[in-house]
Amino acid sequence: MNLVNIFVKAVFIENMIFAYFLGMCSYLAVSKTVKTAVGLGAAVIFVLGVTVPVNYLLENYVLKAGALSWMGAGFADVDLSFLSFIMFIAVVAAIVQLVEMIVEKFAPALYGALGIFLPLIAVNCSILGGALFMQERQYSNIAEATSFALGSGVGWFLAIAAIAAIREKLRYSDIPAPLRGLGITFILTGLMGMAFMAFMGIKI
Amino acid sequence: MSTEVLTPEAKPAEPLFSKKNRALITDPLNDNNPITVQVLGICSALAITVKMSNALVMSISVLAVVVVGNVIISSLRNVIPSRIRIIAQLVIAAGLVTLVDIMLKAYVYDVAKQVGVYVGLIITNCILMGRYEAFAMGNKPWPSALDGLGNSLGYAWILLVVAFFREIFGSGAVMGMRVIPESWYSVNGGFYFNNNMMILPPMALVIVGIIIWIQRARNTKLIEAA
Repeated sequence: MNLVNIFVKAVFIENMIFAYFLGMCSYLAVSKTVKTAVGLGAAVIFVLGVTVPVNYLLENYVLKAGALSWMGAGFADVDLSFLSFIMFIAVVAAIVQLVEMIVEKFAPALYGALGIFLPLIAVNCSILGGALFMQERQYSNIAEATSFALGSGVGWFLAIAAIAAIREKLRYSDIPAPLRGLGITFILTGLMGMAFMAFMGIKI
Repeated sequence: MSTEVLTPEAKPAEPLFSKKNRALITDPLNDNNPITVQVLGICSALAITVKMSNALVMSISVLAVVVVGNVIISSLRNVIPSRIRIIAQLVIAAGLVTLVDIMLKAYVYDVAKQVGVYVGLIITNCILMGRYEAFAMGNKPWPSALDGLGNSLGYAWILLVVAFFREIFGSGAVMGMRVIPESWYSVNGGFYFNNNMMILPPMALVIVGIIIWIQRARNTKLIEAA
């Protein structure tokens, strides 16, 4: 039950876009058509689902204060947490490269669909943000961390698919010229964020 | 390195603040603003603008990381193999951000607590990667430093404007100092309420949208084609 709760909370209440503004750059740049938006969203779910659990293991068995105690009593008071930024971003960049190669080799069709987005994802804030939130919130086991990662990914996917659908329709509306494109997208995202705030307090 | 030795000395040295170099600083303030025109670095711009003091600390951190990173990458640009340049840039960025994070925790602990994960997220702040990749990889250290300075100033002023409006309407203060007198508030028998919407995330987006609107209405060459 707790896992479902973490998942729902990550999708709706603590949505990556509407509550934390993570991954806004690609959200704004790649949301012109629904098709590409769905492709990028799927890639984000996938990469978050892989990198957060790996970073969770790294955090709890290597970086955290006292995490190295499994190596012997002498390591019990080693605290490597100052290395966490470098380690997390290295893991993310390496996994993205790896995932790209694996997908290219074993699922060429999926690679065709996601291909160009995968390298972009290494510098998507939502991926590193997922790792940093995982570190901050100290989930008690790896299942909870994975559930949080998948939830955040799905929330991001929902947001980008919704804004892309709205932007496709917007082409037929008469927006004041200076507001066209970027400006109206910002304001729309704000309005969607207000709608998403209605989910606040939901608990399963 | 060899290319620099071969450069003929006949060419007069460019003055440090030539017209071209000055444009590197002034362009990103308006025509080529990183937030409203290049659409880079939005995440942090919106998330930490509830208070002006947080926005200021964030701007200074980004300024330090972009300028120093630009200089480092531009000095290493002939050494970094192009295939692994993204990872090399990320590692340099991560190293600098770690330093900034430790400094913030040491000197302004309260703000560091509030800014939280967003300091770490400077690493993936697109301004960084955008400037490293687009400018520092192809230019000499001095212009790169100016370019970093210009872009982070362009980033800073948007951040401060957004934070100003959010703080004054959301909590009735500027830089933590009260502007709207306590006696106006309805709890003290007055007529005034803080607009709590301003503190919540959605209004940050709307304010940036309005800034973009005003900027493009004044600077019509930025208007996007229909």
